[in-house]
Amino acid sequence: MTNDTSGDVRLSGIAKTYGSFTAVHPLDLTVPQGSFFALLGASGCGKTTTLRMIAGLEEPSSGTVHLGDQDVTALPPYKRPVNTVFQSYALFPHLDIFENVAFGLRRRGIKSVKKQVEDMLELVQLGEQARKKPHQLSGGQQQRVAVARALINHPKVLLLDEPLGALDLKLRRQMQLELKRIQTEVGITFVHVTHDQEEAMTMADTVAVMNAGRVEQLGSPTDLYENPRTTFVANFLGTSNFIEAEVDSKSGDDIVLKAGGGKLVLPEARCSAPTATGGKVLVGVRPEKISLTPADDAGEIPEGRNRITGRIADSSFIGVSTQYVVDSPVCSGFEVYAQNIDRDSRLVPGAEVVLHWNPAHTFGLDAAQSLLAGTTGSAGIQEEAAV
Amino acid sequence: MATLTEAPPPLTPTAPEKKPPRKRGRLVPYWLLLPGILWLLVFFALPMIYQASTSVQTGSLEEGYKVTWHFATYWDALSEYYPQFLRSVLYAGSATILCLILGYPLAYLIAFRAGRWKNLIMILVIAPFFTSFLIRTLAWKTILADGGPVVGALNTLHVLDVTSWLGMTSGDRVLATPLAVVCGLTYNFLPFMVLPLYTSLERIDGRLHEAAGDLYAKPITTFRKVTFPLSMPGVVSGTLLTFIPAAGDYVNADLLGSTDTRMVGNVIQTQFLRILDYPTAAALSFILMAAILVMVTVYIRRSGTEDLV
Amino acid sequence: MAFVNWLKRNLVVIAGLLTLAYLLLPNLVVTIFSFNKPKGRFNYEWQEFSTAAWQDPCGVSDLCGSLSLSLQIAFWATLGATLLGTMIAFALVRYRFRARGAVNSLIFLPMAMPEVVMAASLLTLFLNMGAQLGFWTILIAHIMFCLSFVVTAVKARVMSMDPRLEQAAQDLYAGPVQTFVRVTLPIAAPGIAAGALLAFALSFDDFIITNFNAGSTVTFPMFVWGSAQRGTPVQINVIGTAMFVVAVLFVLASMVIGSRRNKQKA
Repeated sequence: MTNDTSGDVRLSGIAKTYGSFTAVHPLDLTVPQGSFFALLGASGCGKTTTLRMIAGLEEPSSGTVHLGDQDVTALPPYKRPVNTVFQSYALFPHLDIFENVAFGLRRRGIKSVKKQVEDMLELVQLGEQARKKPHQLSGGQQQRVAVARALINHPKVLLLDEPLGALDLKLRRQMQLELKRIQTEVGITFVHVTHDQEEAMTMADTVAVMNAGRVEQLGSPTDLYENPRTTFVANFLGTSNFIEAEVDSKSGDDIVLKAGGGKLVLPEARCSAPTATGGKVLVGVRPEKISLTPADDAGEIPEGRNRITGRIADSSFIGVSTQYVVDSPVCSGFEVYAQNIDRDSRLVPGAEVVLHWNPAHTFGLDAAQSLLAGTTGSAGIQEEAAV
Repeated sequence: MATLTEAPPPLTPTAPEKKPPRKRGRLVPYWLLLPGILWLLVFFALPMIYQASTSVQTGSLEEGYKVTWHFATYWDALSEYYPQFLRSVLYAGSATILCLILGYPLAYLIAFRAGRWKNLIMILVIAPFFTSFLIRTLAWKTILADGGPVVGALNTLHVLDVTSWLGMTSGDRVLATPLAVVCGLTYNFLPFMVLPLYTSLERIDGRLHEAAGDLYAKPITTFRKVTFPLSMPGVVSGTLLTFIPAAGDYVNADLLGSTDTRMVGNVIQTQFLRILDYPTAAALSFILMAAILVMVTVYIRRSGTEDLV
Repeated sequence: MAFVNWLKRNLVVIAGLLTLAYLLLPNLVVTIFSFNKPKGRFNYEWQEFSTAAWQDPCGVSDLCGSLSLSLQIAFWATLGATLLGTMIAFALVRYRFRARGAVNSLIFLPMAMPEVVMAASLLTLFLNMGAQLGFWTILIAHIMFCLSFVVTAVKARVMSMDPRLEQAAQDLYAGPVQTFVRVTLPIAAPGIAAGALLAFALSFDDFIITNFNAGSTVTFPMFVWGSAQRGTPVQINVIGTAMFVVAVLFVLASMVIGSRRNKQKA
């Protein structure tokens, strides 16, 4: 990464309240120059408000916004070196594609825009469409016009507000790669707001997961997935299984926990909960980290793996993998995703099995939080599901 | 890399993002409203108050008028001019029903059956507006002239016998009868029925007709159970837009009618502009306004369409 | 039988076309009688073909004067009502403020009021103020009753406009004034134009309110009204026909231009 910091976005203590409702709690955040940063969360979590405060479309109730060394908190949007790709694009319906893209340049009093606009339209592969009106273009093309219209101004930061929300799944995947390519090519800071966890993880270097007006956790996509620190993050990004356990003892860098009758091992570094002996900890593990072995073959499982017993309640074959639901005394409805490499015909509903996994894939969370936070159907996600 | 200096927060359910009230320029809406609203207050609302006050004044043109709370004017006006009131309601009501019967097929035709002629028909519906309505109303004098082809045809078909029996015409004449007035009112306000009907019909998804047909509805049943109920907003605003101006009209009654077809509008006009009996005229006008407002309110409530504008 | 079926299928079309004929019949009569050479003062009975009136449309005293007065009043009333109405429409759609309900009622009521009531009450006001009836009182009245129609037309258009378009303009370095001129106004323009056109038509054709508040000033509808009592010159029909033809041609031309422009762009 470069030493240039003129494209840094620094938010200090920034907050937004509407009457008695707090949309964004005081927030400190630095997005370094040249990075692809995603704000991820369900609708109403404050991510769009945060983005709009950077753009200047929303006045923060407190705190400051810096771009590089410049304090832009008091600047109106049209004086900020920041451009936005709006949700559903907001292309000007009365102007053609060329004039849409030229809009920002013309407003800054640049007379000869032809060359620049044409180059930019080439970059997004829309050179042929310059004289069409926005409504004559497909969704994907409109999206590229919106990106071109913003990028042509060479902003220090490009803000993207759910830019792919209006596209169908296949086109969305394609545009994700496209946007990533453009970002690498132009090298400016992208701040991307989305509710789609897959989109955030494929595109961004750094993801901030937001919930109820706060940042729950911030880190690289792998970091967030492998080592979530709250049940919200664990559930919002992918699926997680939780076992309620009690701290038994410590051995070296590991914590030994009691759950049901058995013992589980958890690396201390991967535990975000207090680990006093006798304290409660939520043990989490991702479904694809778990192996299933029929109870008859339990002896073949290597030493040193975490293991629990259970009975298969349900299985569904989905091609590359099979998804099992396993009921166990410590946790009902355990989800297990097994790659279909060698399918064991004994693994059918009703079969007694042992679930086992490498302790290094275990993570520990504070037991004093809802197991359902971040899942579809819990308070935070309900509106999203309704959409 | 990015840094975060905040502890993970407790989990609380989120509320939906609200639209922010604007902070900058809080007075802007008032400045935008001021001139127009002032205009309406001074030249629409204030005159209503003046009129209310005039209606309870007594005096004469020579000596001037004074507010004496003389409510008897209302009673006198009503007892003297109730036939004109009844006629207004009757004529305007008949014209409204005729407009609905005539206008619905036309609106339906434009919305669903016109194809590439749609724009042309639309223009033809609106175009008459650009010829002064007085000139067009005068044309009815020619069309309905005594012994003219229209009257002749109606006579041959014995339609005039029926209308005479109903008291709508007298003898071989159509001109200067109630029928002529209703015919003129219907003609004048028909576009006000067709346009809202068309607007609400056009919003109906054509597939609904197919769905109804698919679910064993005959065309007439489809119309009764699907199309007509969905066009109710258009029916309501169309009938209001026809009835209200028709009830206050005096041009048709004057040009096409006779002294026996005078409506309340004619009385108000004469009282105000010829006889100069301001209190009576104001009282009549006030009664008409109140009657219309009451009718409109009840009608809107009962038809359950609140947002007409 | 086939005919009966055809009739059944096309009953709506036939009924609709009959209504259309009913709507257009008077215009046809007006046009035909513009070529009449009436005996006596009234032009209600067909006598013989003549183009005399077409060759001398202003041949009747005061006719063209009243026409020009009506055009002037309609022009200024349209300007005033469009300006004031557009401002109100923007305030109603774009801002929150107290008394919104009262403002909405004040806009709605003039449209739900018989003209004769507004006319009579406005005259009461003018008489009480001792105002000189004439051009100015007509103009005031016309702006008053056109205002609500403009508000309704513009409001519908501005309401369907995405607020993000203006935010996008601001994001792309357009200040408040530029945003309004470059984005808001062009997008709202069809609504404003529709409102203005409606205001013009309403004002130009208004009789009842004008009749009460004109004093001795004679607008074109007042001239026609007066001639219905005294004698109708053929020139009235000439002007009525000309207005009809000009309006239809104007609309057709704008449609042709519009569709051609769309084709070029496509």
